[in-house]
Amino acid sequence: MWEHFSHPADVGIRGVADTLERAFAETAYALMAVMCDPRSIRPLEAVDIRCEAPDVELLLAEWLNSLIYEMDVRKMLFNRFEVSITGLQLTAKIRGEKIDPRRHQTSVEVKAATYMELKVYKNNNLWTAQCVVDV
Amino acid sequence: MDRKLIKQRSEYKWLIEKVGKMNVEGVIYASEPLIQGMDDKVAEQVRNVAALPGIVLASYAMPDAHWGYGFCIGGVAAFDPSQDGVISAGGVGFDIACGVRTLHTGLKTHQIEHLKTEIADKLFRRIPAGIGSTGKLKLNQQKLDEVLEGGAVWAVEHGFGTKEDLRFIESGGRINEAGPSCVSYEAKKRQEEEMGTLGSGNHYLEVQKVVEIYDENTARAFGIEPDDIKISIHCGSRGLGHQIGTDYLKQMTVAAKEAGLELPERELACAPLNSPVGKRYLGAMRSGINCALANRQILTHLVREVFADILPQAQIRLLYDVSHNTCQEEEHEIGGKRKKLFVHRKGATRAFGPGRAELPAEYCAFGQPVLIGGTMGTSSYILVGTERGEKLSLSSSCHGAGRQMSRTAATKKWNGKDVARKLEQQGVFIRSASMRGLAEEAPGAYKDVSEVVEVSHQLGLATKVAKLIPLICVKG
Repeated sequence: MWEHFSHPADVGIRGVADTLERAFAETAYALMAVMCDPRSIRPLEAVDIRCEAPDVELLLAEWLNSLIYEMDVRKMLFNRFEVSITGLQLTAKIRGEKIDPRRHQTSVEVKAATYMELKVYKNNNLWTAQCVVDV
Repeated sequence: MDRKLIKQRSEYKWLIEKVGKMNVEGVIYASEPLIQGMDDKVAEQVRNVAALPGIVLASYAMPDAHWGYGFCIGGVAAFDPSQDGVISAGGVGFDIACGVRTLHTGLKTHQIEHLKTEIADKLFRRIPAGIGSTGKLKLNQQKLDEVLEGGAVWAVEHGFGTKEDLRFIESGGRINEAGPSCVSYEAKKRQEEEMGTLGSGNHYLEVQKVVEIYDENTARAFGIEPDDIKISIHCGSRGLGHQIGTDYLKQMTVAAKEAGLELPERELACAPLNSPVGKRYLGAMRSGINCALANRQILTHLVREVFADILPQAQIRLLYDVSHNTCQEEEHEIGGKRKKLFVHRKGATRAFGPGRAELPAEYCAFGQPVLIGGTMGTSSYILVGTERGEKLSLSSSCHGAGRQMSRTAATKKWNGKDVARKLEQQGVFIRSASMRGLAEEAPGAYKDVSEVVEVSHQLGLATKVAKLIPLICVKG
């Protein structure tokens, strides 16, 4: 499950799932949903991502910022995220396609995932991963 | 805002007393209605910044302040390198040197009234805007290093504009001591195809009409007359600046820990100005400033091409170009002595008063133009820096309307097509790559820019010169 939460100037993104990996994938989907309707993206091309961080919250920021980087340099949007996390290392295969503003109904560009409201925690067997993104 | 957090000292000045770990007091400049609408978080962030090492005078919030990252948006804070002062990536923000450039056109309203549709369409086709848009320039890492050293000077040397343009840009169009080697491969990679692009969100290019003059002498010096057509460009350093912000926020989180700084928010991450990370960030951030200056210079060139095609008699010249997300090395008076300080302005505009050597000769007797962007449906203002502002806010003023509603709430309340239709009925022609973006940017999602400007004017942070309303607005 993913959702956006309100922030005065920007947008909060949140993913909730039964595993940490799936919570990270849901948060990635929420990130894409800030910029377009993720259902309009066709998963045609795959890109591999690898990142690490000193703690699990910073790992979430790293993961989201890696996605923002790949989107910006490849001019692509993504909607499939297969995430594996071992310790504080993350590897992922993400799938998407080149941006077509008309078909994807793009909205605002995300500049970065911030450390604001950056939280990763487990509650009642559900993982939550969230932060505010700068737009 | 909860009144227990602040103490009113005058009609427009609210104090946060120095307590606990604060090194200086906090000062919020706002009217009663603006304070009412301001989030408690602004007070908390002003207080947190006041506790950073080496801060001098006070931790300030401008009238358009709202909740930001570490620093509030609208935050101003100066640090003394000789007192272990720090520099903070969050205090500059992810869009380094985002700013406003206003252009003269030499045209009056009647000369463009019948051409508005054509101008709007051609500007929209010519100015790359929105997610995934690319410029015509493709620059490799080595060429980008030249841009990051040269700023708008590089752009002019490569055929984008004239030398005369440079006199009307902060720092002459190029900030010294940029360090392209401090900018990561990834940051440069993001910029390879993004020179000369507008971006999205609250960035815009507007054709505007001067509707009111408040200060005739200064308006004359700035070249502003009633019914003039001006063009304003609001954008920043694009992917390069965003990545520099991301890279150094991460590095400063580690550096702050190593320097023994206890940070109440991770986004407050900073490094001593004299430390290796602090120095590298300065070099990278200055590269980001030059990138933004070059970007706005290239966009100006595109505007000139469009007008040369439709209205060859137009004379597009710069009125001024000023950034509102920076950390600049400046001299200010502290306790009767001139001191070199590093002034962070996060969503705040530098507003030098008369006599500063940094100003173009034509403006020196009057002060620096302060360019305040409004929303698509309201108005923009041109203000002028004052001598008073030097003492009140380290020569700083507001930067825009400031949001009052989240993007999520705005999309629930408005529909992009309706927003565009309504604005066109009011005479504002909108061209945008994104209908959802228009809903998010609906004028009602912002505070009243006139109220924000009025507070700045009444206090004398910067005073009103002219008011402009949009006729055409191109958005990402």
